[in-house]
Amino acid sequence: MQQFHQTFFEESFEGLDIMENELLNLDVGNADNESINTIFRSAHSIKGGSGTFGFTAIAEFTHVAETLLDEMRDGIRPVTQESVDLLLKSVDVMRDMLTVYKDGGDMDADNIAEVQGKLEKLLGSDSANTASAQDASANTANENSDGWLITFRPHTEMLRTGNDPVRMIYALAELGEIETKADISELPAFTDLNPEDSFLSWEITLKGDAKKEDISEVFDWVEDECDLDIQPISGASETAPSTDTVETPTTTATTTTAQAAPTPAAAQAPANTASAKKPTESASIRVGIDKVDEIINLVGELVITQAMLGQVGGEISGDESHNNSHMEKLVEGLAQLERNTREIQESVMRIRMLPISFVFSRVPRLVHDLSGKLNKKVNLVTLGEGTELDKTVMEKIGDPMVHLVRNALDHGIETPEERLAAGKEETGTLTLNAYHKGGNIVIELSDDGAGINKERVLNKARANGLVGENETLSDDAINDLIFHPGLSTAETLSDVSGRGVGMDVVRKNIKSLGGSVRVDSNEGEGAIFTIQLPLTLAILDGQLVRVGEETFVVPLVSIIESIQVKSNNLNGIAGKADLYKLRDEYIPVIRADNVFGMNNSFESLNDRLMVVVEGDGHKAGIIVDDLLAQQQVVIKSLETNYQRVDGLSGATILGDGTVALILDIPGMIEMFKEKGVPVPPAPVNPDGNGSDDIADEAA
Amino acid sequence: MTTPATELNSIIGSELDSDADQFLTFVLGEEEYGVDILRVQEIKGWDSVTPIPNTPEYIKGVINLRGTIVPIVDLRQRFNMPEVEYGPITVVIVLKIECADRDRIMGIVVDGVSDVYDVPPDEMKEAPDFGSVVDTEFVRGLATVAEKMIIILDIDHLLSGNEMQATDKLSA
Repeated sequence: MQQFHQTFFEESFEGLDIMENELLNLDVGNADNESINTIFRSAHSIKGGSGTFGFTAIAEFTHVAETLLDEMRDGIRPVTQESVDLLLKSVDVMRDMLTVYKDGGDMDADNIAEVQGKLEKLLGSDSANTASAQDASANTANENSDGWLITFRPHTEMLRTGNDPVRMIYALAELGEIETKADISELPAFTDLNPEDSFLSWEITLKGDAKKEDISEVFDWVEDECDLDIQPISGASETAPSTDTVETPTTTATTTTAQAAPTPAAAQAPANTASAKKPTESASIRVGIDKVDEIINLVGELVITQAMLGQVGGEISGDESHNNSHMEKLVEGLAQLERNTREIQESVMRIRMLPISFVFSRVPRLVHDLSGKLNKKVNLVTLGEGTELDKTVMEKIGDPMVHLVRNALDHGIETPEERLAAGKEETGTLTLNAYHKGGNIVIELSDDGAGINKERVLNKARANGLVGENETLSDDAINDLIFHPGLSTAETLSDVSGRGVGMDVVRKNIKSLGGSVRVDSNEGEGAIFTIQLPLTLAILDGQLVRVGEETFVVPLVSIIESIQVKSNNLNGIAGKADLYKLRDEYIPVIRADNVFGMNNSFESLNDRLMVVVEGDGHKAGIIVDDLLAQQQVVIKSLETNYQRVDGLSGATILGDGTVALILDIPGMIEMFKEKGVPVPPAPVNPDGNGSDDIADEAA
Repeated sequence: MTTPATELNSIIGSELDSDADQFLTFVLGEEEYGVDILRVQEIKGWDSVTPIPNTPEYIKGVINLRGTIVPIVDLRQRFNMPEVEYGPITVVIVLKIECADRDRIMGIVVDGVSDVYDVPPDEMKEAPDFGSVVDTEFVRGLATVAEKMIIILDIDHLLSGNEMQATDKLSA
């Protein structure tokens, strides 16, 4: 049983997400039947699953919520904002309970009881209503009818999903006196009979005053797997047969999906079937991420082997003595191998890519809750939801995004009154946009709120001593201050945001992914936060450089240009550091071999190669000994078997099988700034090691 | 009839004892050290490494072990023993290190591989406390095989992240 738990939790959390999304999309007062149905199905499968696995608390709670949904589905209860909010709260409670069952911990019993109480109150308060509405909707279903005529025709594969018609008939027998007539006309000859298929159908007459809901509940699990018709016996069948068909508003789409995959999981997880109906989502399988990673590693190996073969092939074909038709074929084959390998690599990388809608889908709920809490009216617009990025990046960008949304709602968008006073529309707009740009994904989060109050930020920064009294800053620099730790300008602290932690954490998190975040704002018109992130953390376009004897990889994204040093553009500063005049700006010169303690000599920089890089908004020139090839490299972590090393973001394996280290440009600039450059006359060794080198130097 | 097991016994020159732990021994200068054989991933000849800048001297660098980046530690330098030129019998023993959070793969450079011995747990002696002369924290115990002392290493402690960062002076 344990082995199914994981699947149950995954499916249930998915189901909850679906419920949440559909609830948020519900048009109050004019609810779409299909949406309610989707919500109901999700709740229903969670209830069923948790009952099966003995998570009774969830099953009981969900049952109450489900009852409410059932009434909405049947049109007995109008969809009100109140009930939608309550259902959203229920989703939270269910999610909490699932988390407790999954990870252990204590349930928030008070909260559960409170929400459950509210649900029951809502259900109870208009039970009278319900009854009358039931009559109305039941139309011809007379409570005092003499009984029901049930035509139950299971589909051939119903037995395979573990549903037993006999048990259903037993259950019906408990509701009243029954008379069954089995139809065996479909039964094939004994030799053709497949014991796993169902060929029988029944006509069941149920006498007594059983309610129609009770009858349909018996067939709840199999409604997609059988043709079911429940008719009152009192002759009403001729008047309105269609309205009474309990074949709940299932579309043919659901039925076919269920048939296509007649497994218990598919049949009992309407949530899945429901999502499969959406045109944007295609069929998928669930695969462990470790399996995908293993494939990615193997493909990485394949790429290296291919590069090695290519190199050897190139050498052989360059040799005149081998020139014959076999050689040509080999070269051709190698070229094809290279193409195929590249395609495999790209496809495998795409497996890890998911649309950003996984992150964006968290936002509507957040906006809904926060705008209610803050009494603001906010319209959320999301664009570019199909933009794909790596799963690892996705997982880590969720929290910073949530924080930025909170921030925009709390500090950015004003209250309706303020907006009207400022001559804006009452409802503010928050726009999320994602698109690809080069090898990066750009996420823009813009609001049409008040924008950043530069004066207040500056005053606060002055008060905190971040900015000197008489220092003047550019607008961009002031805006950038909001990412500084300990600077919150919210006038009142709220539980939404404003504790002065957050924006700096946002920047830190994004930086740790190799990305950047900046803000543009016009006071009174709103603010745009722009996040730029690498598409994947697994591969990188790199420029290979040689420093001393070693080959390093410089990420191509951080390179601005590569130049040859002209000594007349070189300036010393305080006799310690070198500055290079690059057109109209001065950039510090980093001697890579010094920073890495490989060489402490100070040869002339004239005519040497310098790679101009940018990291974290700072430019610098890195002196290298040679520029080698540009190529895509597979990033391997140094931390897996060793530890983080300053100035390096990882390692990769080159075509010849050797390891090359990947430079962490922002890290290197940081190292350079912290340690300073070793002063030429008496070099300070960066880490206190290798004192031998210094001795040699002195000798 | 020789089964693979008895064949193996004749090769390694010792009886397989189910109670005893097996240790792979290697030499550093005149001393013989042992590591739990179950931790040994493979033994390979010394090949060039890619040095990592700004790391302690005894971290020789990293190698590509079938797609995995594996750091290589020179055990002589780690123990502050005099360095020797790497020769044809210089080998790298690739070990699995169990750290608190995860397993790591690391290689150690030693003068040469020696033998495989069974050491029953009760024959393993505790290392005497040398005070500050020798840090015995990385010694799991001492075993005597054929009148020879073998120093059984606690590789998890010796090669764990914290220890690797510290540039403490060890003498052996």
